[in-house]
Formats: sequence, structure tokens, C-alpha cells
Amino acid sequence: MLTYDLAADGLRGLNAALQAQSPDTNQSQWDVINPKGSHAIAVGLNAPIDVTVHGSTGYYCAGMNQQANIRVKGSVGPGVCENMMSGKVVIEGDASQYAGATGHGGLLVIKGNASSRCGISMKGIDIVVHGNIGHMSAFMAQAGNLVVCGDAGDALGDSLYEARLFVRGSVKSLGADCIEKEMRPEHIAILSDLLEKAESDAKPEEFKRYGSARKLYNFDVDKNTTY
Amino acid sequence: MCGIVGLFLKDKSLEPKLGQMLSEMLITMTDRGPDSAGIAIYGQEQKGRSKLTVQSEGGREDYAALQNDLAAALETDLSITPNDTHAVIDVAADKASELRTILSAQHPDIRVMSQGDSIEIYKEVGLPGAVSERFHVSAMSGSHGIGHTRMATESAVTTDGAHPYSTGPDQCLVHNGSLSNHNALRRKLTRNGIKIESQNDTEVGAAYLTWKMSQGNSLGEALESSLKDLDGFFTFVVGTKDGFGVLRDPIACKPAVLAETDQYVAFGSEYRALVNLPGIEDARVWEPEPATVYFWSH
Amino acid sequence: MEPKTPRTLPIQSATFTKEVNAEIRRAAATGIYDIRGGGAKRKLPHFDDLVFLGASVSRYPLEGYRETCNTKVTLGTRFAKNPIELDIPITIAGMSFGALSGQAKEALGRGASAAGTSTTTGDGGMTPEERGHSSKLVYQYLPSRYGMNPDDLRKADAIEVVVGQGAKPGGGGMLLGQKISDRVAQMRTLPKGIDQRSACRHPDWTGPDDLEIKLLELREITNWEVPIYVKVGATRPYYDTALAVKAGADVVVLDGMQGGTAATQDVFIEHVGIPILAAIRPAVRALQDLGVHRDVQLIVSGGIRNGADVAKAMALGADAVAIGTAALIALGDNDPKWEAEYQKLGTTAGAYDDWHEGQDPAGITTQDPTLSARLDPIDAGRRLRNYLKVMTLEAQTIARACGHNDLRNLEPEDLCALTVEAAAMAQVPLAGTDWYPGKPGTGY
Repeated sequence: MLTYDLAADGLRGLNAALQAQSPDTNQSQWDVINPKGSHAIAVGLNAPIDVTVHGSTGYYCAGMNQQANIRVKGSVGPGVCENMMSGKVVIEGDASQYAGATGHGGLLVIKGNASSRCGISMKGIDIVVHGNIGHMSAFMAQAGNLVVCGDAGDALGDSLYEARLFVRGSVKSLGADCIEKEMRPEHIAILSDLLEKAESDAKPEEFKRYGSARKLYNFDVDKNTTY
Repeated sequence: MCGIVGLFLKDKSLEPKLGQMLSEMLITMTDRGPDSAGIAIYGQEQKGRSKLTVQSEGGREDYAALQNDLAAALETDLSITPNDTHAVIDVAADKASELRTILSAQHPDIRVMSQGDSIEIYKEVGLPGAVSERFHVSAMSGSHGIGHTRMATESAVTTDGAHPYSTGPDQCLVHNGSLSNHNALRRKLTRNGIKIESQNDTEVGAAYLTWKMSQGNSLGEALESSLKDLDGFFTFVVGTKDGFGVLRDPIACKPAVLAETDQYVAFGSEYRALVNLPGIEDARVWEPEPATVYFWSH
Repeated sequence: MEPKTPRTLPIQSATFTKEVNAEIRRAAATGIYDIRGGGAKRKLPHFDDLVFLGASVSRYPLEGYRETCNTKVTLGTRFAKNPIELDIPITIAGMSFGALSGQAKEALGRGASAAGTSTTTGDGGMTPEERGHSSKLVYQYLPSRYGMNPDDLRKADAIEVVVGQGAKPGGGGMLLGQKISDRVAQMRTLPKGIDQRSACRHPDWTGPDDLEIKLLELREITNWEVPIYVKVGATRPYYDTALAVKAGADVVVLDGMQGGTAATQDVFIEHVGIPILAAIRPAVRALQDLGVHRDVQLIVSGGIRNGADVAKAMALGADAVAIGTAALIALGDNDPKWEAEYQKLGTTAGAYDDWHEGQDPAGITTQDPTLSARLDPIDAGRRLRNYLKVMTLEAQTIARACGHNDLRNLEPEDLCALTVEAAAMAQVPLAGTDWYPGKPGTGY
């Protein structure tokens, strides 16, 4: 187990050390202490190592993550896991806006609440939020699964492409071209798998599914009012 | 674009440290705003007395002479306490508006930064650390305060481009974001008799709130109407005699973090600004909802 | 028999021109705005309205060849460990694979590399062919983030954070279903054949205060090795340049309204954004006011066509220029040899701009395999290299005539203006006078 004191030794040293790890490294367990809300912690990692951040972070924690297993024992600022490609990130506290933005893969778990624009422009990432999410979540979401055990704010899934949205609680309002869809066995299976990986007790049957009505896929003058 | 900090103390024993805590929070936000910085502190008040914080380019050595002139002209006791380029004028409350008339007529080089029972506003061009140092902010005490670091968007980097802006007695405003209809609004407010000094969009926001309140609206109502009348992106933090308020525009892209414990309510543009506050690890930390007015008062 | 009464000649309205009326009819028929490619087509104040003051008695010119005129430029000296060194101050602007065929991207890479300069990816990600053929590749980081990934980010020689472009400042990307082929769809994570909607703001930051943090993140991911450019469409160039510098940019890229796009609404192209001629001086002034002119480099684009344009842009204070439309024309876009096919498409060589339909006879702005096979990347690459070479020689000729041994020594005082607008926009005196509108100390 390696401990890195961010306040004492600085961000450059941390990211350089973590990014230098190869898949067969023997330095696979890292503790980061004194994060003090700093930005860009553990970004650009590319090895199946385990990193635990003890405290809360600023923007872009775990940005562009590949393969790494990152756990934050605190809350995170805007853009956690932005553009993540693979790996697993667990936030024990809350996440600020843009959580999982444009992520291509991997799993992001938020045990508290996520703020606005959760999953914006997601491109294949899976996001599971134990609590609530804020407004404009899943805006232009292209692919992947967003699972919300609590409630969702205004304009969920505005301008949605093919991402799947599952919400157990209430949805304050749906965005343009986002509609409720039927839950079929394959969706229950996906949800079941994600909830288990996300350490959640919620039952798939309690969720509703939302997806794209696909009316904006090709411009139609008579649907002009949606623009 | 900018960084905002705010601190509202519930625990009176922390009041002597207000300036120090606020100053530290502000310096953490330096990256967000390297151009200028300002702070509004709600400190000591004396019954029947008003305070004006004034500023003059390069300070004035002859504040002593000014003190005598003004006391004679107003036929009242007044004292001027200089602080770098600023000074606090302490005067009988019922003479405050006459004082302002005399200042603007006879001493146009003296800017009034704030007026009220307890508020003092200090702001200048420069890094937050430098601004805090020159005004000895760390030594100040009070019940609440707000601070701001500025990255100028569409107006010049000058003293009067810095925040906080006074919006009325014991009231002030800081802003993070960019208003898109500030020019039209500036012209409208100017036609309605409101004096606006700079090209800064925030000053327009502040003037708008002042104008709304002069028409009989409460601050809360003025903030509600700002959601309709102001266009663009904004996180506003307003200071009042009793507390502070927070408002984010409906799109809510500019960041805002609140933290509350039994001892205080704190605001920061980034969580980083709050990390050294006492008890922050166990604080309730959350983000204000868009288009919702939040208020805390003593 | 009465003589015929004379009639007035028919007069076409300058307001309701044939083009305007045809567009009104088209809008009435379809109910959708007109979408096209390219940059602003109407006549605008441009570099043609400026001329150089060559050497005479008060100043001496340099001889060609032996008396060298340096053309090299280094970009990204502010923060990057590995700045980019270019042999010529002309780069290839960002154009996406998707908007362009694979062959066209390859040709651009070949030509630029042969000339010792860089190409730029576009709104769709980096292709292996482009990285393979470009000796220096700038990777665009756009609001859509199509295809964005850290592996490609680390393969790039520079990163260009796109806030906007000249054709549509404030707008997002657009690619219509006809060009969303299998490969494009896969790269962009979109269903095949749909009309791509793109965001106009970045998904995870808003404003220069946030941008500063985003640049920190990108530098941390790429080990602070490569330069980071910030690209804006020309609107408020003074403030935008100042804010890009404050946010930590190594290089500012400024694109005027003549800058092209693959596809957007015609009203956007023609009516939003300012000419590049008007944008350069405010941007340079912002750099000078912050004390970073030449330390933070400025690349300008939008209607750069020849060595005179290059020299004028540099005389006004730019460090380099970028070409997009001109590069495509050098490859063969809108070539008269395809006139019969342009006619079938209802247009003519030089005017063809419905690139979003993906039917380009020249095989450049299309994904159709038959059409794109018409472009031979090696031959087209050679053409681009030739064109870049000519532009460079032209710029050197002008610089030498003005007495300079380095293109970067060109200065505003080498120029004068032929029109009042150009004088005002470029802040350069009207020929034969020492005056321009707004000159300090004058009454205007």
C-alpha cells in the first residue's frame, strides 16, 4: 500500500506516479490523503490499480480513467469521470454537476446525490446513482445506462439518442424527445447486473425506463416546435 | 468570470476570526479571478451612527483635513479612519445622506463603496492575497461577509469594475457568470435615474436590484424578478444587514457550493474554498437549486 | 401605325436579388432553413483592401535566395515541454473525417508533412490514417467530444480546445444523415444515417474560470508535454483573447467569418461573426496589454488564399495562419473539370456548397466510396504541398521587398489601406495619409 500526501507532494507527482503504473505493476494499491478539494486528481490512469482518495475533491476527479478502480471517501466536484473509457469509480459522498460527462465506458457509482447534467453526452459509460440527480441530466446522452435510485430533476434526457435511463423515484419533467418506455426482461437483466455491481439493494422491478422517442433523428418541419 | 466566497456565522465566538477565515477562502479562489478582489464585512455597528466606506485613487493623506471640513459643513461629529486607499467615515445616521451629497458635489474623486450600519466594502485591482493584505482583512471581525475574485469578461480591470457592488444601505452583490442583456438594461436604468459608473455587467445586476427595491420590493422579490429580467448566466450572492442570500439562474452552469454546520453557513464557487473551515468534514454540503432564492439571517 | 411607347429597363432589386428570392421560395417549399458548407460568401472587407509599402529610398529590400528570409515559427512556448516547430507559418485548419473523406484527410496529411507543417483533426475524432500521414497533428477537443479518448490525446502533438469557429460562433457541429456512414457512426457513437445534433457548449465546463481547470486536467493527462490551443470564432476578439490567455492557453486560434464549415445554417455563416481583418488587431492588442504577444502565439484563419494574405496577417501581429477552404481547393474541390456533374446537382464549379449532401463530384466532402475514390491522396498531397510552397515564397517575396529577413518582422507600419473600412478595422492608415478612423488624437 502506497500513501501519497497530495497537500505535501503536489498534483503533478501524484498523476505522474499513477499514470506510470503498468498492468502488471506491484504498486497496485494507493491511498491519496489530504486531497483538500483539489482538481484533476487521478486523471488519465491506464492500469488496473486501486486508488482510494481520503476526502473530497474538486473538478474532474478520475477524468479519462482507463482500467483503474478508484474510490473517493468524500464528495467530488464537477465532471467526475469525464470521458471515462473503462474501470470502476465509486464516490461515497455526493457528485457535483456533469458527473460522468461524455464517458465511453466503465462504471461510475455515486452513493449520495448527483447534481445537474449527470451523464451529459454519455457515450457508453454506466452510471448508478443511489440518491437523486439534478436537472438536465442525460442531455444528448448517446449510449450507456443511467440508473437513478432516487428522483430526477427537470428536463431528463433532453435530446436523447440511444442511452437507457432507469429511474426508481419521480421525474420532475422529461426533456425533448424523451419518453417512458416499457421494461422488458432484457432491461431487468441489465438493471439487475448494474445494481449489484453498484452495491445497491434496489430491486429492478421498482424502476421505470426512459428512452428516446427518436423523433429528432431526422429533421421534420411539422415537429418544428420541439426545437 | 470569477470566484465567490461567503460566510455567515451562527457561532458568535467565531466573529473575531471572520476576516481571517474569509480572506483564506478568497485566496483559495485566486485562479478563478486574478484581476481584482473585494470583500464586504458586516462588523461593528453603533446605534444612531452610519458608516460610509470610501475610496480614492492612491489614498488621501489629508483625510484629517477632510474630517474637519466635513464635520464643520455638516455641523456634526464625524471621524475618518483610513485603510490604504479606502477609509471608513463614521457619522450620525441622520446626517449620512447629506454627507453623500457633499461628497459627490465637492469631492468627486472620492468614491462611496458602501453605506450602512455595519457594512464595510473594500475592493481593489490585484490578486486576492495582495488585496487582503493591503486592507488587513485578516484582522477584521464581524457576523458575516462575502468576498469576490474577478476575471474580467467584457469590461476593464479597474477598481470600479471590482465586486462587491453596493445595492443599498447595508446591501451588496457579487456575481459569477456573464449577463447578456446588461447593455440594454444599463440604458433603461440610467433613464430611470440610477447612476452606473462602469461597463461591468455585475454593476447592472446590482443597480437593477437597487431599482426594484426602490419601487417597494423586498430583496427577495427583487431577486425573483431578476430571474425574468436578467438574461445570461449568473450565480448571485447578496449581503444584507442580517445575513446573505444566494440565487442561481435557471440554467445553473456556474458552480456553487454551500456548507452548513451549527457554527456557520458558508458559500464557495468551489468546494476547495471551504476545506479549511472548522468542522467541514461533518458539514452538510450541497448545491443550491437553479432559480431558487436562498436566505439566511440572524 | 403608332410608334411603340418606350419602356424603362427592368431593374432587379439590390435587396430582393435573384438569390434572395430563390431562397424565399425554397424556404416556403420546405419549411427548413438552408444548410450549406463553406464560409461567408458575400463581399467583405478583407486583406485585398490592404497593400504593402515596399522599399524605396528610405528603406532597402533584401535580395532573393542568398539574403535569407526566415519562415519558421514555434508554437506553444508558454507551458508545453514539447512546443511545435513549423517550417512555414501556414497550418491546415481543423476539418473532420466525416465531413471529409478518408482520402482527403490523407492528402492533407501528406501535403502538410511534405511542407513541414501541421494538420488538425475535426469534429469526429482522430483516424489512424491521419495520425500516420501527418508529421504534426493537432487534436481538436470540441463540445461534442465525438471519439475523444486519452490514447489519441496522447498521440497528438498539440490539443486544440474549440470554443467556436468563424462560420458559426455560438453554434455546434452538424453532420446530416447522408454522411453518417458505418465508420463515421461508429467513431461518433451515433446510429447510422441520422442527423447529428451537436451541442454548442462544452458539456463539462462553462466560462474561462472553468476552462482554466479543464486545461489543467488536459495537461495532467498529457504530462504537460504538448501545447494547448484555444480556438474561437471572431466576435469579441479582444476579450476572448485576454480570457484565453488568463485561462492558460499556449496558443490562441482566431477564425473569421470567412472561415468555412462542413455544414451549418446559411444565416449563421453570413450573419454571425466578424471578418478576420477586423479581428486581428484587437486580439494582438489583448496580447500586448497582457505582455504576452509572441509568448502566447496567435494563429488566424478565415479566407486566407495566398502569400499576400499570409504576410498581411503576420504584419498585423499574427504568428501564423491556418487554411481550410483554400487547402480543399488545392486538393481539387470545386474544380471546373467536374462541371457536367455540378450542373446535374443544380450548381456550377466554384459555387458548389451543398457538402452536407455528401455527393461531392471531387470526392472530397463525401463518404461515398465511389466518389471518394476519385481523389488520389498522393497526387492531391503533392498539390497541397506545391500550393503551400507557393504561398510561402509569395510571403517571403513581400517580406524581402519590405526589408525584412524574417516573416515575423513584418509590422503594421508596412501596410496601408485602400478603403476607409479596412483602415478602421485594421487600424492602418489610408494610402497616402497618416490617418485611420479612431486614430487616437484625431476627432473621430
